Amino acid sequence: MEFLRPQTWGDALAAKADDVDVVPIQGGTDVMVEMNFDLHRPGALLDLNPITELTEWEQLPDGTLRVGAGVPYVRIIAELGDTLPGIAQASRTVGSPQIRNRGTVGGNLGGASPAGDLHAPLLAAGATVEVESAEGGVRMIPATEFYLGVKRNSCRPDELIRAFHVAPAAGPQYFSKIGTRNAMVIAVCSFSIALFPQEGRVGTGLGSAAPTPRRAYDAENYLAAELEWDGALDPRVSEEFGRLVSAAASPIDDVRGTADYRKHALSVMARRTLGWAWRDLTAARKVA
Amino acid sequence: MRVNCTINGKDMEADDVWEGESLLYLLRDRMGLPGSKNACEQGECGSCTVYLDGIPACACLVAAGQVEGREIRTVEGLADGDKLDPMQEAFVECGAVQCGFCTPGLVVQAHDLIERVPDPSDAEIRESLAGNLCRCTGYEKILDAVRLAATRKAEAK
Ligand SMILES: Cc1cc2nc3c(=O)[nH]c(=O)nc-3n(C[C@H](O)[C@H](O)[C@H](O)COP(=O)(O)OP(=O)(O)OC[C@H]3O[C@@H](n4cnc5c(N)ncnc54)[C@H](O)[C@@H]3O)c2cc1C
Ligand code: FES
Ligand code: FES
Repeated sequence: MEFLRPQTWGDALAAKADDVDVVPIQGGTDVMVEMNFDLHRPGALLDLNPITELTEWEQLPDGTLRVGAGVPYVRIIAELGDTLPGIAQASRTVGSPQIRNRGTVGGNLGGASPAGDLHAPLLAAGATVEVESAEGGVRMIPATEFYLGVKRNSCRPDELIRAFHVAPAAGPQYFSKIGTRNAMVIAVCSFSIALFPQEGRVGTGLGSAAPTPRRAYDAENYLAAELEWDGALDPRVSEEFGRLVSAAASPIDDVRGTADYRKHALSVMARRTLGWAWRDLTAARKVA
Repeated sequence: MRVNCTINGKDMEADDVWEGESLLYLLRDRMGLPGSKNACEQGECGSCTVYLDGIPACACLVAAGQVEGREIRTVEGLADGDKLDPMQEAFVECGAVQCGFCTPGLVVQAHDLIERVPDPSDAEIRESLAGNLCRCTGYEKILDAVRLAATRKAEAK
């Protein structure tokens, strides 16, 4: 085994292009569990920590936020809580403080576990993943096309994840997760909502509810059409939204929960997060 | 491979480090610093918590090679010679130590909490210690210890 410590992004891409059996490591909170339990012995570990640009975020001239793959959760919570509330809320539920100090969104995307907590809010907010390879250059992959299967994403073997891009929240965003206790749990299932009141649009994301994280398109379209953006929230609309979210899931029975329970929980989380988002919208209207 | 880093203020060097080795192994088995405990090796128990460049991390989840040129502070590095850190003292006084296995990780994590939040609420203490498991104390005495250390630290100012 080798341990590679590239000092620049270019060197990291070159190392990845060199050999497919090179495993990038950032926080190490997924990779090291596998190493410690002898689940995987790669040819080399590629430490991305020395590449400081991965731990930076910036606002691009068009207003979009570009967040480096190596920004740890603790900084997303502290520095982007106001502009990316759904993503920050999900970050807040990851593991424990020690895990949030080291774990990164890039690592969550790299692992592409259906239970990864960041996928639902990235989908709901309409994020795009920036990946790059030495030969192919930069590719921008919409989150909706990023997840291919259980722990499989659309990165090619020579590509590394560089950042995710997402517009600052244009309206309320919420993330909700069901677990067996408050801290340190893999989600039984999770749900994220983003409202875009100016465009009359709704975003959703489902986690731990299908082989890949996914959006609930029918639910989004239904809600966007039925919401009276300047009026009150009709409980029947919210009920139907919950039903459509649950219909978009194809969960499995496993030790953490049954498929039926997951479907039920998703409809409850969909209604609740919509209620919270609507409360924020109404409050914002009163202030305006 | 060779790894150079600073541990508890001293420059250290380790040779023949296996590339997949964890920082926890490096500390315990190469540096002779058994303070950080090895219990789960999967980030669940927090008993291996150390400062890495001033930020608490599970040493079992950091690859040894990742600490090249960086600074580590373990529970051994909190005391000033024979003088215990106020957090260590508070743990002893409050009976927050029984078998002691979880203690080093809890002390480091709680030490960080009151550095950042001098007067933490109970909810803040519980949240910050959510990644540290204790099988013995029932946590109440640990909460007492953190409150006591926070009060003493405030008084000392
Ligand atoms: C105790 C514990 C609790 C946890 N709780 C949660 C939780 O509640 N929710 C949750 O979602 N996750 C949880 N996790 C999983 C993990 O913390 C997250 O998935 C985290 O986001 C991983 O980030 P990392 O930087 O540590 O990734 P790493 O372990 O460094 O990498 C993870 C994967 O991504 C790949 N990778 C990393 N960076 C790149 C890159 N730039 N380009 C391409 N591939 C890359 C790696 O090769 C690896 O396959 C938990 C883990 C532990 C140990
Ligand atoms: S041994 Fe590292 S968290 Fe348990
Ligand atoms: S004192 Fe025994 S595990 Fe905490």
